[in-house]
Amino acid sequence: MKASPQSAVTTPRSSGTLTSVEAPARQRSSWLENEAVLGYVLMTPALLLIVVFIAYPFSLGVWLSLTDKLVSRPAHFIGLRNFTHLFESQIFWGTVWNTIFFTFSATVLKAVLGMWLAVLLNRKIHFMRFIRATILLPFIVPTVLSGLAWVWMFDATFSVFNWGLRWLWQTTEWLLNADFGYFRGPRWLGDPAWAMFSIIMVNTWRGIPFFAISFLAGLQTVPTELYDAGDIDGATGWQKFWHITVPLIKPIAVVVIVFSFVVTFADFQVVYVLTRGGPHNSTHLLATFAYQLGMASGNLGEGAAVALFMFPFLALVILWQLLYLRKEDSQ
Amino acid sequence: MPQRVPQQAGGNPAGGLTRRAFLSTSMALAAAAGAEFVGGKAPALAQTRTLHVLEWSSFVPAADVIRDQQAAEFGKQAGVKVTIEHINANDLLARATAAIEGRKGPDILQLQNNSPHLYAGGLEDHNQLIAELGGDKFYPFIIDAVTVDGIARGVPYFFGGGANTYRKDIFQKVGIDKLPDTWEEHLAAGKKLKKFGMPIGQTLGHTFGDAPGFAYPVLWSFGGMEVDEKGKVAINSKETRAAVDFVKEFWFAACDEGGLAWDDTSNNRAFLAEAIACTLNGASIYFVARYTPEKTVPGMADKIGHFLMPRGPAGRFHTVGPSTNCITTYSENKDVAKHYIRYCHQKEVYEQFLVTNKGYVNGPLPEWQEHPMWEADPVVTIFRELPKYGRNTGYAGPYDRKSAEVRAKYIIVDLFAKAVQGESPQSAIAWAEQELKNVYERA
Repeated sequence: MKASPQSAVTTPRSSGTLTSVEAPARQRSSWLENEAVLGYVLMTPALLLIVVFIAYPFSLGVWLSLTDKLVSRPAHFIGLRNFTHLFESQIFWGTVWNTIFFTFSATVLKAVLGMWLAVLLNRKIHFMRFIRATILLPFIVPTVLSGLAWVWMFDATFSVFNWGLRWLWQTTEWLLNADFGYFRGPRWLGDPAWAMFSIIMVNTWRGIPFFAISFLAGLQTVPTELYDAGDIDGATGWQKFWHITVPLIKPIAVVVIVFSFVVTFADFQVVYVLTRGGPHNSTHLLATFAYQLGMASGNLGEGAAVALFMFPFLALVILWQLLYLRKEDSQ
Repeated sequence: MPQRVPQQAGGNPAGGLTRRAFLSTSMALAAAAGAEFVGGKAPALAQTRTLHVLEWSSFVPAADVIRDQQAAEFGKQAGVKVTIEHINANDLLARATAAIEGRKGPDILQLQNNSPHLYAGGLEDHNQLIAELGGDKFYPFIIDAVTVDGIARGVPYFFGGGANTYRKDIFQKVGIDKLPDTWEEHLAAGKKLKKFGMPIGQTLGHTFGDAPGFAYPVLWSFGGMEVDEKGKVAINSKETRAAVDFVKEFWFAACDEGGLAWDDTSNNRAFLAEAIACTLNGASIYFVARYTPEKTVPGMADKIGHFLMPRGPAGRFHTVGPSTNCITTYSENKDVAKHYIRYCHQKEVYEQFLVTNKGYVNGPLPEWQEHPMWEADPVVTIFRELPKYGRNTGYAGPYDRKSAEVRAKYIIVDLFAKAVQGESPQSAIAWAEQELKNVYERA
């Protein structure tokens, strides 16, 4: 009579010895009960993903930045020449400045306006669920799609903003019975300053919902008793916000702001759709400039060097965040 | 039923075509994209083969339709599945870079300008195909666009360029009796137009066609050049200064100042909405007005005319950007791809493509300039003149990888954009000189 495979694995013989199949199974089982081993086993899938999708591309990027790699040609090691070459380019330094200005401006605006919106949403008002769902729309709509709508709204000829402003201008003229001359309106994407303003505005518009919802989640964890205590002590609304709300949602705020900072610093879509870095490179960010050099000009080595230039900035920000969170945990 | 002709007929495209034959073809095409298809002959190949072609999305939508129909017909005859992917021209380079470096993707890349120089290492040797399909008869400037170290990396398919699209009625209304022939006359006309409220519309943005199509010719027409014949940077010259000074004056006196942000479609929209009265463009604005009149104001098509770029002290110039079919080295269907390119260049197949474009593109061989199509609509006949004034970007240096990089970085466009934004001409030229040196003098 043949024993079934099932019984061979699970049933020890009466003599107490193990069959040839049972022995490795038992061994494997005890092996996995070892936490040190099990930890590595469970970590392996995530580690593999990180190696394949992050470590390998990053290492390749570092390697490319140290080579003269041109598309369709072999790469040769040239040390730091790509970086020294970039440092001689005014376009590059202009791009670095643009990126820093864009990131700080957009992040501050998103944080302030997001917090404002979160405080408003934390109040009990009618249709709150509908309003909360609606404010998420800018975050949900694909950036390229909303970007195209913004392109139309900023269009030099057909801008709805300029049309509205012109109507106001002409109405004022009519009311005052005056002639102020023809009002053209801002050249939203055609003037360097307005173009920078426009891309910051679109990035802010898109990012506010993320801040607002995250801050709202934080606000709802603040015990109402604390506000009641503040009321008893005669605190004003601003004092309650500054001394109760802000300290309690600070850990969430730090994570949200740092995350947004990283994403904004590496933003690509808004600029690519709205200006492609123009006019005359005044809105290029490091990501779009790297794309232009690497993908459109075929200069992959230099493009990788530009992209890598983001790394130290972002690494410092992430490091600061980790240290901050560790400090918070220890408290 | 599709016509069939001998496969090697591609070398003699237009010879012997009568006006009657042309008219009969045109009438068939006039029945829109659903017209009876003109076939050509393709070899029978294995049923399981596939062919993937990446090319631009044409500004003449009917041209994309006819390309798809021709590909389907080739596929039907050859027994292969042909997929033509049309994408925005601005995105072609990025897709090509990803495909060549990843060694996976389209079997044929339809590259623009001299991009085959960028991707030479990933493109097949096309010398044999060039010899079969026209040899020495191809225009030299489009052969320069594909020839790298003596090896053709693609087969030029067509080239295009712009002319000034203008409103005849508005020109007349503001008192412009004679079409501008020189930049000074163009400036004078532009002043009148701007005063009238319908200025000249010109982009100086980061666009693939319209901005370089203006910036390079205006530089050349004043005698400026980015490098000399030996490839030495030569932008810092009194000729460049004259061009920059002129554009600065021209911009404020004659142009819609919003053009700094325009893309390749903005001037089309502005013209059709009657916001501008003149703009440098292909014939696509006219085609919209003529063939889809519901998209603009009534009677617009009859008010449109075209004239060439004005001439400057050094002459009259146009950019003439070729589009080239390039077989990739990683392709597993190289033989199918070669047959497909041969098929596209067969006389009646190519003629159908050319006639559908109605003057928006020029054929790669001078013979196509004799095609009766050019006489069919006098409004677009002037586009036939472009090869006479065509110059490659990178002039006076070679039309190579470095000139492609300069164009991709918009250095010449931004030279003028900086000046009109208020930067001094000396400063803008010094900036361009440094950036050009970064490209041309890099080890």
